[in-house]
Amino acid sequence: MLTALDKKLLEEIADLHGEPQGAFNIRKDGEGIQRRSLEGIEIIPKKDQPGIDVIVAEGKKGQVHIPVILTLTDLTDVVYNTIDIGAGADITMVAGCGIHNPGSGQARHDGVHEIIVRKGARFLYTEKHFGEGEEGGKRILNPKTVLKIEEGAYAELELIQIRGVDDTHRETEAEVAAGGRLVMFERLLTDGEQTANSDIQVTLMGAESTARIVSRSVAQGSSKQTFYPRLMATGPGRGHVECDSIIMDQAVVRSVPEIWAKNSDAELVHEAAIGKIAGEQMIKLMTLGLTEKEAEEAIISGFLK
Amino acid sequence: MLTLEKVNLDLEVEEQKVSILQDIDITFEAGKMYALTGPNGSGKSSLARVVMGIYHPTKGKVYLEGEDITDLSITERARRGIGYTFQQPARFKGMQVKDLINIASGDNSSRKCSLLHHIGLCPDEYKERTLDDSLSGGEMKRIEIAILLAQNPRIRIFDEPEAGIDLWSFEQLIEVIKNSHNEKSVTVIISHQEKILNMVDEIALIEEGRISMRGGHDDIWPLIKESAECACRKTCPWEEESYADCPR
Repeated sequence: MLTALDKKLLEEIADLHGEPQGAFNIRKDGEGIQRRSLEGIEIIPKKDQPGIDVIVAEGKKGQVHIPVILTLTDLTDVVYNTIDIGAGADITMVAGCGIHNPGSGQARHDGVHEIIVRKGARFLYTEKHFGEGEEGGKRILNPKTVLKIEEGAYAELELIQIRGVDDTHRETEAEVAAGGRLVMFERLLTDGEQTANSDIQVTLMGAESTARIVSRSVAQGSSKQTFYPRLMATGPGRGHVECDSIIMDQAVVRSVPEIWAKNSDAELVHEAAIGKIAGEQMIKLMTLGLTEKEAEEAIISGFLK
Repeated sequence: MLTLEKVNLDLEVEEQKVSILQDIDITFEAGKMYALTGPNGSGKSSLARVVMGIYHPTKGKVYLEGEDITDLSITERARRGIGYTFQQPARFKGMQVKDLINIASGDNSSRKCSLLHHIGLCPDEYKERTLDDSLSGGEMKRIEIAILLAQNPRIRIFDEPEAGIDLWSFEQLIEVIKNSHNEKSVTVIISHQEKILNMVDEIALIEEGRISMRGGHDDIWPLIKESAECACRKTCPWEEESYADCPR
C-alpha cells in the first residue's frame, strides 16, 4: 500500500498518478513492493542479488515503470537491474529514484542498470532523481548504466537530476554497434554544498553508428560539478558531445570532454561551454514583465528542459 | 501618452564618460505612429532603452500618462504597458517560441498559432522551435514581433524591425505593425526604411544624441533627405583617388 509520501515521490520522479499503465515494479526502502508483468514484458526478481530482470519479447511494444523510492534515514539501498529489450521491440521505460530522508543519517541509493537493446529495437529511457528531507540527512544517488545497442537499434536516454540530491556519482557506459543510434540528454541542477560527478563513456563500434550526447547543467550556491564525457570510435561512426553549464554564485564547474578515434572514417565533435546567464536574456524576459528572479528561474528551467 | 523631458544619458565606455543623449524633449501621443531615424550610433536605440528602463537617464524625466516612471525598473514598466522589440533579439538555449509567447501574454495563450501565422511563420513548424542559433536573424526578428503582439502593450517600440528580414516579409511586417496599431496605442519605430517612414504620423531625426528635426512626415521628410547628403569626402586621403558616388 502506497502512502501519501510514496505517491508524492512517485509523482515527482515518474509523473505517476496512481498505478502505472503497462508493466511496472515499484521498489521502496530496499524491497520490491508492487509488480506487474505483462505478456511479452516479464519482470522477475533476481535470486542472487537485489534487483530485477526485465525481459521484453521480440517486437513487443509498451511501457515499463521501475521507480525506486527511499523514505528512511540510515539506509543504503543497492540494486542491480538487467533489462533485455528484444529485437524489433519498441519500449518506453521510466526509472528514477526519489528520496525523502526524514532524519539526520544518510539515505543512499546505488542503482546499477545493465541494458541490452537488441537488433532493430527502439528504447526510450527516462531516469529522474530527486531528494528532499527536513533534518539535514544526506541524500545520495549513484546510478550506473551499462548499455549495449545492437545493429540498427535506437536508444534515447534522458537522465535528469532535479533538486535535492546532496551527492551523486553518475556513470554511464554505452557501446553502439553498426547502424545503431544513441541519443543521450543529461540535465543536472545542484545547489548549496551539493556535488555531482558524471562520467560518460560511449564507444561507437561499427559503420554508421551514431551518438549524440547533450549535457546541460546549472550549478548554484557553492555546489561543485565535474563532467567527463568521453566519446570513442573504434569504427567509422559519427558522434557529437555538447556540454553546457550555467554557473552561478560561488559554484565550481569542471568539464573535461574527450574524443578518441582509431578509425580514419570516424567523425567526432565536442563542444563545452561554462558561463553565467546572459544579461540580454534576463533583460528580454524582464521586458515581458517578469521580475529578475522569475526571469532567472524561467531561463534555468528552459535550459534544463 | 509618453513624455521624455530633458533626458540626458551618459554611459561609461572604456572607462570614459560618453554623452549618448542630450536634452531629449519629446512626447508620444496615443493613437499616433512615430519614427525615430538618424545615422548609426546617433542614440536612437539608447533612447528606446531609456523608455524601457534598460538605461536610466543621467538627467531628466520619463512620464507615462503623467506618472513619473524615471526610477521604475524594466519589469514595472513592462507591467505598465511598455513593450520593446530588440534590434538583436536574445537567443535562449532550451526555451521555445511558445514559452516566450506564453510569458508575454501572461497565460497559456491560445493565440500562439495565429500570432505566428500573422507574421508569416508556419505555426506547426515554429511554435516548438528553440530560440537558439538554429534560427536565422530574420526568423528571430519575426518571432520577436510575434512576442510583442502577444504582450499587446500600449507603448510599442520596434527597434529596426526590418533588419535581416527579406523583402517579401518586410511588406508583410509593415502591414502587421500598421494593422495592430490602434487609437489607444503609441507605436514608435526606429528605422531607416523609407516605406516605414512613409507610414508614420511623425518623424524625429536624431543626430549625435539630439533631436535635430521633428515634425509631420510631409513637412520633415524632404528636409531629412536633404540633410542626408553625403558628408563623406570624395577623395581618398592616401591614394588621391576620387570617387563619383557616396559610398553610403
